[in-house]
Amino acid sequence: MNFILGKKLGMASFFGPAGRAFPVTIVQAGPCKVVQVKTIEKDKYEAVQIGFEDQKEHRVNKPLTGHFKKAGVETKKHLREFRCSDSSGIEVGSEINVTMFHEGDNIAVTGTSKGKGFQGVVKRWGMHLQGASHGTHESHRGPGSIGMCAWPSRVWKGKRMPGRMGNDTVTIKNIEILKVIPEQNILFIKGSLPGAKNGILKIRKMEA
Amino acid sequence: MNKLNDLHSDQMKTDRPDFHAGDTLDVHQRIVEGNKERIQIFTGVVIQVKGTGVGKTFTIRKISNGIGVERIFPLNSPFIDKIVRVKEGKVRQARIYYFRQRRGKSARIQEVRKRK
Repeated sequence: MNFILGKKLGMASFFGPAGRAFPVTIVQAGPCKVVQVKTIEKDKYEAVQIGFEDQKEHRVNKPLTGHFKKAGVETKKHLREFRCSDSSGIEVGSEINVTMFHEGDNIAVTGTSKGKGFQGVVKRWGMHLQGASHGTHESHRGPGSIGMCAWPSRVWKGKRMPGRMGNDTVTIKNIEILKVIPEQNILFIKGSLPGAKNGILKIRKMEA
Repeated sequence: MNKLNDLHSDQMKTDRPDFHAGDTLDVHQRIVEGNKERIQIFTGVVIQVKGTGVGKTFTIRKISNGIGVERIFPLNSPFIDKIVRVKEGKVRQARIYYFRQRRGKSARIQEVRKRK
């Protein structure tokens, strides 16, 4: 198994072995429990469903309580699924913890980015500003032209325009683990990670 | 934030003296050149102390050959061998940016007299 669920605790600086300072994100990773193993025969695809962080039983609805009971796992707050090509050795109810990660490992982290609300094209797509002066009239942060004329008489699909920004699923690949504290299930990951504090992150080891 | 600091406690240096803006410090920094390591001392006035926990930094200003030089040091950097507080200055602000505009006689800071 090479994946785990985590919670972003915050960022700090970290002095590496050579004394260099790195920005790190501190993540509470696991312990998680395997709740369900999906197989090709039964579910038409292979995946492992894991749960993270205990939840009081009365806060979980009845169908989910039954789902956890079937797996023999205490009720959990977060359930996520990881696709996996070989789930044969994985048992329902087994624990997943940070001990499988080591300093220097490369990982991929998936999270939900912070929502930015309705944003214009300058922030959302990085378009250039128009002139602040030189005769620019009431159009400083606009998109400019959005198409041609009689042909095609419409706007191309996928044209970059203003709209909701953020709150997307973002994956960052090939980031390094700088430190592991197995007793407290803590990972120190180099650089920033998607999402706000207390956001849920899917952490997966990169294939070698 | 407290939890983050606890997780980091092994990175915090406990031998750093207590100081604030206006103080004059000797910063003994370790400089690695190839295989050799030597100590260089940077002496100047603390302009500001910024941040908390492991990421705490301080800015030191000195006049070198008539040119003002400022350096920002991470307080907990392993490259800092030791910090010696030479003078304790008496200032009213926590960040004495006005000190940058001072030259000559006005660029002096009153020292705190300790009662015996």
